[in-house]
Amino acid sequence: MSANAHGPSEALKGLVRRQYFWGIVAIALLLLVNLVKDPGYLAVSIGQSGNLAGNVIDILRAAAPIILIAVGMCLVVSTGGIDLSVGSVMAVAGAVSMEFLNGASDTVGSGLAAVGLVVIVSAALGAVNGVLVSVVGLQPFISTLVIMLAGRGLAKVITGGQNTTATNETFRWIANGYVLGLPVVFLLALLLALLMGLLVRRSALGLMLEAIGMDAKAARLAGVNRRALLFTVYILGGVLAGFAGVFATASVMTVDVSRTGYQLELDAILAVVIGGTSLAGGKFNITGAVVGAILIATLDKTVVFLGVSSSATPAFKAVVIVVLCLLQSERVRRMFRQRRAAGAARPAEREVVAA
Amino acid sequence: MSTLTTHPAAEPTGVRALAKRLSLHLDTLPTAAAVVIFIGMIIYGEAAYGRIVQFNTLSNLLINNAHLIILAVGLTFVILTGGIDLSVGAVIAFSSVAGVMLINAGWNPWLAMALMVLIGTAFGTVSGILIQHFHVQPFIATLAMMFLGRGLASILSTVPERLADESPLRSLGTQIEIYDGPKVDDIVITPGVIIAAIVVAAAFFVLHRTRTGRTVYAIGGSEQSAALMGLPVAATKMWVYIISGTLAGLAAVVYTARLGSAQNITGIGWELDAIAATVIGGTLLTGGAGFVLGSVVGALVLGLMNVLITRDGGIPPEATTIITGGILLVFVLLQRAVLARRRE
Amino acid sequence: MSESLPIVEMAGISISFPGVKALDEVGLRLFPGEVHTLMGENGAGKSTLIKALTGVYKIDEGEIRIAGEPRRLGGTADAQSAGISTVYQEVNLCTNLTIGENVMLGHEVRGAAGINWRATHRAAGQTLKKLGLGHLNPKQALSTLPLAVQQLVAISRSMVAQCKVLILDEPTSSLDANEVEQLFTVIRSLRDQGVAILFVSHFLDQVYAISDRLTVLRNGRFEGEYRISDIDRAQLISKMIGKDIAALKSLDAKDSRRVRPDAEPLYSAKGIGRKGAIDATDIELHRGEVVGLAGLLGSGRTELARLIYGADRPDTGEVTLNGEQTEITTPAKALARRIAFSSENRRDEGIIRDLSVRENLVLAVQARRGWARPLPRREQDAIVEKYVSALGVRPADPERPIRLLSGGNQQKVLLGRWLATEPELLILDEPTRGIDVGAKAEIQEYVSVLADEGLSVLFISSEIEEVVRQSDRIIVLKDHRKIAELEGGQGVSADSIVTVIAEDGLGDASADAAVREEVTT
Repeated sequence: MSANAHGPSEALKGLVRRQYFWGIVAIALLLLVNLVKDPGYLAVSIGQSGNLAGNVIDILRAAAPIILIAVGMCLVVSTGGIDLSVGSVMAVAGAVSMEFLNGASDTVGSGLAAVGLVVIVSAALGAVNGVLVSVVGLQPFISTLVIMLAGRGLAKVITGGQNTTATNETFRWIANGYVLGLPVVFLLALLLALLMGLLVRRSALGLMLEAIGMDAKAARLAGVNRRALLFTVYILGGVLAGFAGVFATASVMTVDVSRTGYQLELDAILAVVIGGTSLAGGKFNITGAVVGAILIATLDKTVVFLGVSSSATPAFKAVVIVVLCLLQSERVRRMFRQRRAAGAARPAEREVVAA
Repeated sequence: MSTLTTHPAAEPTGVRALAKRLSLHLDTLPTAAAVVIFIGMIIYGEAAYGRIVQFNTLSNLLINNAHLIILAVGLTFVILTGGIDLSVGAVIAFSSVAGVMLINAGWNPWLAMALMVLIGTAFGTVSGILIQHFHVQPFIATLAMMFLGRGLASILSTVPERLADESPLRSLGTQIEIYDGPKVDDIVITPGVIIAAIVVAAAFFVLHRTRTGRTVYAIGGSEQSAALMGLPVAATKMWVYIISGTLAGLAAVVYTARLGSAQNITGIGWELDAIAATVIGGTLLTGGAGFVLGSVVGALVLGLMNVLITRDGGIPPEATTIITGGILLVFVLLQRAVLARRRE
Repeated sequence: MSESLPIVEMAGISISFPGVKALDEVGLRLFPGEVHTLMGENGAGKSTLIKALTGVYKIDEGEIRIAGEPRRLGGTADAQSAGISTVYQEVNLCTNLTIGENVMLGHEVRGAAGINWRATHRAAGQTLKKLGLGHLNPKQALSTLPLAVQQLVAISRSMVAQCKVLILDEPTSSLDANEVEQLFTVIRSLRDQGVAILFVSHFLDQVYAISDRLTVLRNGRFEGEYRISDIDRAQLISKMIGKDIAALKSLDAKDSRRVRPDAEPLYSAKGIGRKGAIDATDIELHRGEVVGLAGLLGSGRTELARLIYGADRPDTGEVTLNGEQTEITTPAKALARRIAFSSENRRDEGIIRDLSVRENLVLAVQARRGWARPLPRREQDAIVEKYVSALGVRPADPERPIRLLSGGNQQKVLLGRWLATEPELLILDEPTRGIDVGAKAEIQEYVSVLADEGLSVLFISSEIEEVVRQSDRIIVLKDHRKIAELEGGQGVSADSIVTVIAEDGLGDASADAAVREEVTT
């Protein structure tokens, strides 16, 4: 249980014990499968103007929006909640930015203004969730389900049911540009994830959120302000989803009101669970969520590459979520524990009964 | 010996009596509100657009919402226990696409229909096992089932699957004229409506006239108390998810029969409609109180809202989900207010 | 009347939890037509024994015989089919249903068309009538009844289940005197019908008013079974706390060590109260003083502490802190005003199991600073260093999850958590419950040191002798109200407080003269 690992072998052991290690293994396996089919799969070429290109780069690009919503979901889940609205917030963000840019001039200013507008709108949607959960005290899944369905309606109302297209080079650069040869989206996503990681771990936000998720009653008696924290977390989740919406629409400069962000809450939840955060709340792992998001992007690309119908992936992801939930459930853990130590299993069982 | 119970005071009269009666039956207040809203909407619709209080409009209201009524009945069971089922919309998608494709592939249509219902049963059973035996939170388990159902439907097909017009499944959607009014103003029903009516009646019987039904209410009141009273909590919780899933399968049959086609995107957001219908009808989202007949009213309120929006023409149809969500929130807030009153 | 065979016979029952032997070879006999009281302090094993009898816990060793037949009880349903019904302290009924539905749940009268409600309500009415509750309308909502009557409805329910053994687990803790009397009327009528009743209560006068026989447990061990006529109160108390009464008397409070300053009190509340929890109460707390709250379980001692801390919102009362009027409605506000509260419920309201010792220690300090101003690691380490060594937390590994520590060490960490907030008023609710003797002595010692350093301490314990030993002033609570305030010093002892509590009810018609004699001996 020692936290400070000595030497490389211990560090490796620590890594193996982390759940996202198995996410990394899965990514490697998927890439290996692709490599078997096409030995040149992992090749990265340097295209014109020195930008990297190749399948791996595509995967990173596709992972960007998932990383953002997974990080937001990770924080919400740690408080014992859930945010089903992320996909719809992405659609609203796309709709708002496209509608705005459609009527605006193609300047850097309007591109940035569109991003600013997205932040405001998505923060507002997050705030609605936050108020419903923290002040009104609704169950998180109901509040965010309403925003999930009403949000998509809102996106359609904003664009008048059209799939609005716009042109703005600055906005487009966010998704398609390169910095240091790497896609801007991926760098931005990593940067935002890193910022969130620093925010929660360098401040006391992470500890407070975990305390709420683990034991809301004890946290309250310790003076933790649950209301304000929940409010903050849902707003953060909304803003991150807004950025994800920008990423998803900027690459094609079109918002597809019924498909942008569709079912992406599934990806976000899956990434969080793969990353080792329990859906029951408590300890969270942002690095794990990022790994989970990259794994999902790899999976999506692999499925397409192998020529399997991509429509099968949501069903497959749902099954994975069920399996991971089962692995986290006390009953299955107890079964494993009993198998490992048939004699010593009784006290553990007793603890559960007594709890 | 001193007695400590509140002896009913001398019967108060007039308004105060009414107020007292209401305060004793606060849990019926939301249902009453739903009925009032329904009537109000009819009056408003008749005044603003006309042709609402007509046999054919009201018949169509029932025909077009038979599937929603069936779904709402299923969710009433689940929500009464304090649970939730988010998978119903996706179950309909998978069940109807599978059913239509099987019939088109030459299966016996009746067998295919039975399978459609059983698909729902299977989904409900899996949800129930996850929730009851592995203690997965209900919304997580049924959310996974939602994605699974939607994903399986997409594997089968991503384009509308049409049913031949002469298929027996379509016969469940045939309109039967019961009363021949002037011009087209007839009373019309479909076998689908009859199925919905039977489902409502059966649900009413189960909830109010069987021990299983009373256990459903008891679990919603306090699961711990119900278990300590020796009631079969585990089995009953399994049952409500099986019922909800099965009724989703049945709703798929009724809906497909009316529409004559099925698609993988059928039923997106119907879980919200069904939850909203249940909640508008007076069932507490936290469980323990509610009426299956209220859910029927709730479903009709939503159906009528769609009619009015179509008639109005000024509201974009895309806004429907926003309005549904808004109504759901308003009713949940109303419930909270009522609960807070009752605690005092 | 009791020389018939016992209906329930539990022998050699042992149950262990991780690290604790909750029951060690305990026996219990219940006879038909008798009220049998189970006595013991907190942690004596009463509730564990009851849960063994109701099938909630599996027994590790021992045997349960019901009507002479050995039985294995695998759950509540098993126990009920064996004729054992339980009525708990917190009413376990469904408040969303009617009285009649609650009485008959699972036993509804069924006809050709499903449940026959008319017959069901009639049956419910008859059952209620048998227990003298004939005036209740079975169709009325249960939630309209006061808690006490709900308790009686719960008993009616067990009558429907044809129970032969009725367990009443602290049914009286939230009832007033009249309500208790009505409950007793019901219990006596059941007893006369031949039901064996197992009664658990902390109220001595109630025990003497209703019991035929009692069994005393202490620290998970069987202490003895007595006929009520064979044991007087003093003997009973000494059996429960494991010291004889002479020792108890010699345990007089030490001299009031800390001189109570005449200056204005640190904290003073006028008429602070909350409906159903505690009546309006005045309380003053001074710096450098330990004030004890004495009273039996359910007397309102925890409730009062929670109001002071803002864990529950007071309905009434004015609070003055350091001479300034203030309102304390949430724990966060209390912490900001330098009040700290350690809950009696260490597991659910104290520690956060999956956080480390360090995180648990700094949590309250951090919460007060707000999340945006994180406590620098250096200061965290300083806090950890200070309290882990000062309180002797073992093992002294701050990164270990707190759930892996023993109860006593968890309690020390919690004490450290509150002290780290540098409180002026520290409320300790049962800080020594369920922990080993060594840790207990250490914590008691530390509390005295704190008061010497000028802290105001409000000390709550169900062990009256502990309250006496710790406190400079003792506020005695009974039935949700303050009945006395005693200056510590000569003449105040555990015995005298027991007397105050025991005599308080004697003015009422409910207590009989026999009780008074026993108290004064």
